Amino acid sequence: MLYSPIPMHIPDGFLSLMVSIVCWIITILTLAAAISRTNRSLGERQVPLMGVMAAFIFAAQMINFPVAGGTSGHLLGGALAAIVLGPWAGMLVMTAVIAVQALLFQDGGLVVMGANILNMGLVTAAVGYGLYRSAINQPKSVKLALAGLAAWLSVMTGALLTSLQLWLSGTSDLQIVIPAMLGVHALIGLGEALITVFAVGFIMQTRPDLLGEGSESSKASRNWVFVGGIISLLVVLLSPLASSDPDGLERVAMNMGFIDAGQSAPYQIIPDYTLPFLGEAAISTILAGVVGVVVVAFIIVLIGRGLKAKS
Amino acid sequence: MHFDAFDRYHDHDSFLHRLDPRVKAVVTVVFIVSNALLPDGAWFAFGFAWVFMLLCNLLSKLGYAYTLKRSIIALPFALIAITVLFSIPGKPLATFHVLMSDFTITDAGLLRFVSIIIRSWLSVQMAILLVAVTRFPDLIHALEHLRVPAILTTIIAFLYRYLFVLTDEVFRLLRARESRSAAAAGSRSGGGVLWRAKVAGNMAGQLFLRSYERSDRIYNAMLARGYAGRLYTLNPHEMKSTDYYATAFAIAVIFLIQLIGRF
Repeated sequence: MLYSPIPMHIPDGFLSLMVSIVCWIITILTLAAAISRTNRSLGERQVPLMGVMAAFIFAAQMINFPVAGGTSGHLLGGALAAIVLGPWAGMLVMTAVIAVQALLFQDGGLVVMGANILNMGLVTAAVGYGLYRSAINQPKSVKLALAGLAAWLSVMTGALLTSLQLWLSGTSDLQIVIPAMLGVHALIGLGEALITVFAVGFIMQTRPDLLGEGSESSKASRNWVFVGGIISLLVVLLSPLASSDPDGLERVAMNMGFIDAGQSAPYQIIPDYTLPFLGEAAISTILAGVVGVVVVAFIIVLIGRGLKAKS
Repeated sequence: MHFDAFDRYHDHDSFLHRLDPRVKAVVTVVFIVSNALLPDGAWFAFGFAWVFMLLCNLLSKLGYAYTLKRSIIALPFALIAITVLFSIPGKPLATFHVLMSDFTITDAGLLRFVSIIIRSWLSVQMAILLVAVTRFPDLIHALEHLRVPAILTTIIAFLYRYLFVLTDEVFRLLRARESRSAAAAGSRSGGGVLWRAKVAGNMAGQLFLRSYERSDRIYNAMLARGYAGRLYTLNPHEMKSTDYYATAFAIAVIFLIQLIGRF
């Protein structure tokens, strides 16, 4: 088996367009920051390194070890990438991995890719690096223990975010999806944590100089510890709440209007804002007309360009 | 391992193969967005979208059922959506008694579940077709034209270039572990779970070091060939008139699908 899918990649069709778009916006803003940071702090030398490291994460996901009953533990790699490469570079590397999984293997959709990158690439790197970094001046054993905790929590964070997105899209029932996803990933996360700890331990022993590579100034590093700590705290507090009292979470989201916003596609939102003197039917007719005109104009422009390209 | 071990590209000379990769990427994304926008239970629109899908299959000369056969990979995730069968209030259709509690399938739940599966199934087929008729380097190049930042497309290009090399490396590590783990029939070799995890973790660490050192050599080789932070292509894409017509036609069809689904 060359490639085995991991049960956290959301395919297209499972998230509403609204949720997909919001996730894309968060992902694009974070990636823009990551790109400008890596451009500033690292030279052109970093591009081949990050490229080969992305291939490394992809290949490392094939390393597995038998656990019990035919199941096996293996790596997702978000925390490991952030620990060895630094958070920003780790995010870019994970983005490339998830993009190739979606483009080449159809593991994860294209329009929902923003959500997949956010769940498996960005928050995993933030949690993984932040927690690991908090032990910078500690002895090796504490560092390794925190690397393990960071890896486990990064998987749980991804699973929690995935469940929330599915629920907001109206694809899954919160009362079932949260305990199911968190339960499964608590086990997957154990495999992740063990491999991450032993891999980081191995690198510490053989090439400790490499682990200083992604090091930032102490101020930036404090910020990461802060961000990672906040996200972990949220996950730790929210997971038991969501598992034990999903109705409570649902009520809060309902009150804040998240559910309606998530489940309705944009065109369904517009009729909600009907103008009293126009009425619902009129506004949707006008809207349909406007959309029609825009599409027709677009097609005419394309055909015009086609004619121009020929001449 | 051969360099195209992971490729899903099928070499043919068809209309779709010749189309500009940008057109194919954009139409695929618009098609998937359109599926997401279709309301639940828009059966005619779903059917029409499938006919469009069949037409694309036909134009690719890969055979009608090419994407159909490969689309099964999206099915396992359907489990995630199965809860809507029971959770959406509506007219009860059937009741199951599992684990001391009753599960009632409602008509509204069934409608939502089937709609989600169809949307996902149509979307994954188009994505499968996209990589079957587009060379992966061309696809990466198209992304660059579509304003994806160069640093990301370059990382993806490197990932694609070295994936099979590092996979070979992984297989070597796995084979070495197999060879070391000989055991008499009936007895298990090696220690407990923790010990096995340690072996796997050390393998990952080993792979990291080998990859890291390889990236060093690659970078030096690139410098020697005049690398200055940018990759160039010898195969610039240019939109031809057929590309514009094809985009216009596909957008018109997708718009029609939306109209059918809405009215």
